[in-house]
Amino acid sequence: MNPVVRTVLQRLGLGLITLFIVTIIIFSAIAMLPGDFAKAMLGQSATPETVAAFQREIGIDRPPVERYFAWVGQIVQGDFGSSFASRTGYRRTVAEIIAPRLYNTMFLAVMTALIAVPLALGLGILAALYRNSWFDRVVNTVTLTTISFPEFFVAYMLAYLIISRDTFIGTEFAQSLPEWLAASINWVLNLVPKFPTLANISDQTPFWEHVWRAALPSITLTLVIVAHMMRMTRTAIINMLASPYIDMARLKGMSPMTIVLRHALPNAWAPIVTVIAFNLAYLIVGVVVVEVVFVYPGIGQLMVDAVKSRDVPVVQACALIFAATYILLNLTADIISIATNPRLLHPR
Amino acid sequence: MSESEYKLRLAQNLIGRGKVSRRDFIHLGLAAGLTVAAADMLFVSVARAAPKQGGFAKLGLAHGATTDSIDPAGYPDTFTQTAFSGAMSNSLTEIDAKGSIQPDLAESFETSDNATTWVFKLRKGATFHNGKTITADDVVASMQYHMGADTKSAAKSLLESVTNIKADGPETIVFTLKSGNADFPYIMSDYHLVVMPAKDGKADWESGVRTGAFVLENFQPGVSAKLKRNPNYFKNGKPYFDEVEFIAITDLAARMAALSTGEVDYIGRADLKTLGMLKRKPNIDILEVTGYGHYTLPMNVTVAPFDNPDVRMALKWAIDREEIAQKIFLGHATVGNDNPIAPAIKFAINPEPQHKFDPEKARFHLKKAGMENLKVDLSVADAAFAGAVDAAALIRETAAQCGIDVNVVREAEDAYWDNIWLKKPWCASYWSGRATADWMFTQAYSADSSWNETFWKNPRFNELLIQARAETDEAKRSAMYAEMQQLTHDDGGAIVLVFNNFVSAKSKKLAHGEVAPNWENDGLKMAERWWVANA
Repeated sequence: MNPVVRTVLQRLGLGLITLFIVTIIIFSAIAMLPGDFAKAMLGQSATPETVAAFQREIGIDRPPVERYFAWVGQIVQGDFGSSFASRTGYRRTVAEIIAPRLYNTMFLAVMTALIAVPLALGLGILAALYRNSWFDRVVNTVTLTTISFPEFFVAYMLAYLIISRDTFIGTEFAQSLPEWLAASINWVLNLVPKFPTLANISDQTPFWEHVWRAALPSITLTLVIVAHMMRMTRTAIINMLASPYIDMARLKGMSPMTIVLRHALPNAWAPIVTVIAFNLAYLIVGVVVVEVVFVYPGIGQLMVDAVKSRDVPVVQACALIFAATYILLNLTADIISIATNPRLLHPR
Repeated sequence: MSESEYKLRLAQNLIGRGKVSRRDFIHLGLAAGLTVAAADMLFVSVARAAPKQGGFAKLGLAHGATTDSIDPAGYPDTFTQTAFSGAMSNSLTEIDAKGSIQPDLAESFETSDNATTWVFKLRKGATFHNGKTITADDVVASMQYHMGADTKSAAKSLLESVTNIKADGPETIVFTLKSGNADFPYIMSDYHLVVMPAKDGKADWESGVRTGAFVLENFQPGVSAKLKRNPNYFKNGKPYFDEVEFIAITDLAARMAALSTGEVDYIGRADLKTLGMLKRKPNIDILEVTGYGHYTLPMNVTVAPFDNPDVRMALKWAIDREEIAQKIFLGHATVGNDNPIAPAIKFAINPEPQHKFDPEKARFHLKKAGMENLKVDLSVADAAFAGAVDAAALIRETAAQCGIDVNVVREAEDAYWDNIWLKKPWCASYWSGRATADWMFTQAYSADSSWNETFWKNPRFNELLIQARAETDEAKRSAMYAEMQQLTHDDGGAIVLVFNNFVSAKSKKLAHGEVAPNWENDGLKMAERWWVANA
C-alpha cells in the first residue's frame, strides 16, 4: 500500500480513538465544574424552584453516565445537540451557535496564515542566506521581541498606537518635546492606517470590511507567531547547508539563492511544516485573548463565554472541534513531510 | 409673564423639533424685549440643548454573552437589560431621573383596600411594533409569564405577592395582592416585567414584537444588537435616534480604546484607573451617577461570634470606609453607613452616628461583648465585586488596630454566589439596589426572604416592614422607614461599605437630560432618552 495512504488511515484511526478519549475527559472535566447553568443564568435571583424548573427543561437532573452516552450517541450521528439557552419553542442548536463563530475564527486564522507563513518563510530563508549578517541579527531580535511579549500586551500596544495617532499631539508629553520632534513623531504616527480597534463584525459585514476590521487582530497574531516559524526555517536550512551535497552544489558554481531554494529547502520541509501546523492550530484554538481585546466574535470567546455560563453542550462541542483541529493539522503536517521526502515516500 | 414672553417660551420648546426658524425666533425675541444678538444666542443654545430627531448611536456595553436572549425571564446583565428592556420594550411604569415613579405603558394607576388592590389603566392608542393595539389581556399574559410553578423567570419572587391579575375591559388591569403594598407601581417598573403580545393566552416573547421606542433589526448574542426607530412610538417626539447599535465589549481596555478612537459613542462602566487620561480628551464627557447599588459584607447573625450584636458593632467601627472608597474605588463611590437604602431613594435617612473607623469604639464594643481579642474569617473573591479582595486586605489592617484579627480567605471566583454567598458566616456581597426602601428590605433583610444574607430576624423590623408596606399616609410611612433604617444600622448584620457610582463616558456627539440613578445607562433607557447633539 502507498505509505501516504497507509499513514493517513493509521492516523485517522488513532485520531478517532484520541477523540473518543477526549470526549471522556471533556465530559468529566465539565461535570466536575461547580455550579450549573441554571444558577449561572439566574445568579443572585436563583430560587430553588426556578433552578429546578430550569434543570428539568435542559435535562441536567438525569445521571451523568446516561447524559454522557446520550451525548456521544448524538455526536456520532453528527448532531451536537441544543444549547442550554434554548427554550421551549425556541431551539438554538449548538451547530447554529458555533457555525458563525467558527467561520470568523477560520477567517482570521486563514488571513493571518496568509500573511505570517510567507513572511516567516521569506525571512527565514533570507536569514539563513545572510546568516550572522546585520540583517539576520535585526530580524532575529525583532521577532524574538514580539514573541516574548504576551499577546495581550502586543494587542494593547497596537490599540494604543492607533489611539495615539489622533491624540499624541495634544498630550503633555508631546508638548514637553521640542516642536519639530513632536511634529515629526505625529507625522510618523499618521502614516499608520487608522485600523479599527474594535473588530466587531456580523454576518452582514461585507468581505473587505471584514478584512479591514480583522486587521489589528491579524497583525497581533502575526507578530506572535512569526518568530517560531521563521527561526525554525532558518535553523533547518542552515543544518542542510552544512551537508556535503550542498558543498557539491556550491562547487558546481550555483548561486546561493538557488542552492537554498532547490537543494536545501526541499529537504528541510519536514521540521518547518511541523512548526507551521503547530502555529496554525494555535491560530484556531489559542486566540481567545486577542479575540477579547479586539472584541472579535470568534470561537475562543464563545467557549470562554459558554464555560462561564455553564452552557455545557457548547463547551463540549468547542472542545471537540479544538481536539479535531489539532489531530487534523498534525496529520496534514505528517503527510507533507512524507510526501516531500523521497526516503519516507519510498521506504526499503 | 407677558404674552410675548409666553410666546417666546413656547417657541423655545418648538426649536428643538425644528418647527421654528431662527428668523421667526429673533422676531419673537425682539417683541419680548431682547436684542437681536441676545435672541440669536438664545436660539443657538436652545437649538443645541433641545432634543432633536435623527442620527445614529453606537453604544458599547460592558456585558454580553452568547447565552443572551430576548426572553425577559432572563436579562442577566447590562446588555440585555438596556437593549431589550430599555430600548425595545416598556413596563407599565418607569422611574424618572428624580427617582420617582411615572406611568409608562400605563396611563394612570390607583389603589384601594389598604393598597391590596391596584388598578392600572393603559394608554389609549399605544400599539405593538406590528401595529396591534395593546390590551389588558396582553399585560395579564405578560405578567403571568413570570408566575407559576414552571416559570424560569428571575422576576418570579417580585410577583410572589400577587394573588390575582385580571383584565377589566380592554384598558384596565386589576392586581390583587396578598397584603398591602403602597410601592407596588415601583415593582411594575422592573425591567423583566415588560409587556409582550399575547398569543393564545400566552405571552409571545420569541417574536421580539414589543412596544418600545426601537424595533429589533439584528441580534447576535454576545456580539451586538441593532435596532431601528419605531415610527409609531406612543411617546410624543420620542425616540430621537433613527438607529442604535449596542455592542458588547466586555474587555475594559477595549471599551476605553473603542471610545477613544470613536468606534463607539458611549461606553458603560468606564475604567476608573485610566479615567483621568480619558478626561483629558476634548471630545469626551464623563458621566457619574450615584446609583442604588452597594457593596456589603454580610455577617450571618445566627453564627458565633456574629450572633453577638456588640461583635457586629465592633466590626462596624473597625472598618475605614473612607479609605476603601478612596483607595479601592478611586473616589468613585459614596461612603456607606450600614444602611442599604441609597440616599437618592424616597424615605432614605442617614442613621446616626455615622459609622467610621474608630479603634476606641471598636475596642469598647469588643470589651462589652466580653472579649479582648477576636479572630474571624472573611471570605472574599472579586466575583462579589471588583475590588473585594483588596478591600478585605485594607479591613485586615484597620481591624488589627482594634484587636481584631481578620483572616482574609480568598475564595474561588467561579460559582461564588453558589458556594460562598449565604454559606460562609462572613463574606462579600453586592446588591444592585432597588427603587424603594420596601423592595430592598423585603428582598435582602426580611425574615423569610431566601436572600436574607445576614439571616437577621429582628421582630420589630419585620413588623414595621409589613405595616409600612400597606401604609398610605406618607408621614407615618416615613417615620417607620426611618426606624427600620436605624435598626439595620444599629443591630443588622450587614456592613455597607460604599454605594457605587455608575461611571460611564460618552463622546460629545451625544446629548441627554438629567441621568436617572435607578440603573446604569440612564435607568437602562438611554436609547429612548438621549439624542445626537448639534450634528
